[in-house]
Amino acid sequence: MISLLFNSVATPFWKWQRCGKYNLWTPNHPLSFLTISAVARKKMARVLVGVKRVIDYAVKVRVKPEKNGVVTQGVKHSMNPFDEIAVEEAVKMKEKKLASEVIAVSVGPTQSQEVIRTALAMGADRGVHVEVPAAEYDLLQPIHVSKILAKLALDEKADLVILGKQAIDDDANQTAQMTAAVLDWPQGTFCNKVEKTDAGLTIAREIDGGLETIKTKLPAVLSADLRLNTPRYATLPNIMKAKKKPLKKVTPKDLGVDTTPRIEIISVEDPPVRQAGAVVADVDALVAKLKAGGHI
Amino acid sequence: KSTLVVAEHNNETLNPLTLNTITAAKKIGGDVTVLVAGTKCGPASEAVAKVEGVTKVLVAENAAFKGFTPESLTPLVLAAQSQFKFTHILAGASAFGKNVLPRIAAKLDVSPISEIIDVKSEDTFVRTIYAGNAILTLKSKDPVKVITVRGTNFPPAATSGGNGAVEQAPAGDYASSLSEFVSQELTKSDRPELTGAKVIISGGRGLKSGDNFKLLYDLADKFGAAVGASRAAVDAGYVPNDLQIGQTGKIVAPELYVAVGISGAIQHLAGMKDSKTIVAINKDPEAPIFQVADIGLVADLFKAVPELTGKL
Repeated sequence: MISLLFNSVATPFWKWQRCGKYNLWTPNHPLSFLTISAVARKKMARVLVGVKRVIDYAVKVRVKPEKNGVVTQGVKHSMNPFDEIAVEEAVKMKEKKLASEVIAVSVGPTQSQEVIRTALAMGADRGVHVEVPAAEYDLLQPIHVSKILAKLALDEKADLVILGKQAIDDDANQTAQMTAAVLDWPQGTFCNKVEKTDAGLTIAREIDGGLETIKTKLPAVLSADLRLNTPRYATLPNIMKAKKKPLKKVTPKDLGVDTTPRIEIISVEDPPVRQAGAVVADVDALVAKLKAGGHI
Repeated sequence: KSTLVVAEHNNETLNPLTLNTITAAKKIGGDVTVLVAGTKCGPASEAVAKVEGVTKVLVAENAAFKGFTPESLTPLVLAAQSQFKFTHILAGASAFGKNVLPRIAAKLDVSPISEIIDVKSEDTFVRTIYAGNAILTLKSKDPVKVITVRGTNFPPAATSGGNGAVEQAPAGDYASSLSEFVSQELTKSDRPELTGAKVIISGGRGLKSGDNFKLLYDLADKFGAAVGASRAAVDAGYVPNDLQIGQTGKIVAPELYVAVGISGAIQHLAGMKDSKTIVAINKDPEAPIFQVADIGLVADLFKAVPELTGKL
């Protein structure tokens, strides 16, 4: 596709008129997508995606002996899986010429830059790291992050913000909704499918009873659910290229966002342990156990 | 102290989760006001008025609330809040509550508290983090507490015995041009709702296809049970998304949970480990599901499940 594009650009204008058996500007012409993208370009969106660095989903987390948090030192971290889906959706929009630029934002300590690099390797164009020191990060809540994202969305003139529906560390499921509220933009949460229309977006959402369809205007804030897409893996050449992409560093203070804690952590404890029961030999023994338990 | 509960309903009937949420509100203490906003929500608001412990019902009927969009409900709740100055605003931790409440919280500039499992005091709440692998107790410093409630941790309030006063919610122009509800494609089922079911038969990747879920439906018929699934089964397209149980799906706690062909990833356990009795049927004796199961059966599900169904 890319080489086709360059070829056509290299073709002198007067030859465009008669490119093989088609006229370029007819819908049947193999390059007719050029005319479509030229029209769409005016409306192409700048997309902001949020990426959070969390303990990897496969790690069994352990509560600290002090009971004030979980052990993070020496534990594998990666991008929040729902944020990978958000990045994938944004990059796909860029590939479909619906988006002009994808900006990946992460809020957190220095190591947050790792997940920004992952987003850049997946295809985001540039990154913004909003640095919050580790000591303060423990009490940073979605309310703070949503204000940061909202301010960046305005500063960067974003038309669309895509976030994961929840982070697998705090399981809050709040940031997209709150970012939309701060901006007074519509929210499309738990997205299963997103389609760009002339008027805005048509979104299929995952709800408790099945699926729901809504229409929103743009600009908007979306939150990605599991089945929106399957995120790509970053390839080695793209990881190398990502190292050269621009990454800007700012602080919440630069953005005028107050990060005063809103909560106090009283304790973080282990959940009650469930004891494994007996393994039964066969279906008859299972039926007997169910009877004994009063289930049948 | 006074709490506003944002009711979840379909204009006709109340979602049972609202009853669990009312119980959480009562545990916080003070008056309990329930907001019923809808298009023609008379029946739902009458049902709420009879719920034990409800002091007042605020009713808002407006075409703007079609589809219960957060963009239209938020200004309504803010208007009610500015009139009545509630100390707490609650909703169930469902797709509805999770969608609407954070928007309200941001407008009030408070940090919402998601999916609480207990109330310690008026400002101290318990919730799970890391897929239920840690329990966080936190104290909120915000003037208004905006909270979603995990239904399985609070018993439902009685649907009779109450005598709440029905009033009109503050009037206003709540129509929003930002978003528009189009339609819902709800999975039709004669089975009980997953989150309220006494017995759940749940299937995972081990079922190998959507057609094979028939084995589970047959078994579920014997118990009058709901059927659920692991994320793997949903992602593989065996069953629709609304059947998913786990960290990012539904949280359930039935009397009996039968996990069939489910290995037991922590993300799945997060959604079902509060079940009273857990039965696991899996051919892999090393599957982590056996570490939480009360009764385990190491067997080929394609033989064991039909045999079990036959013997019940």
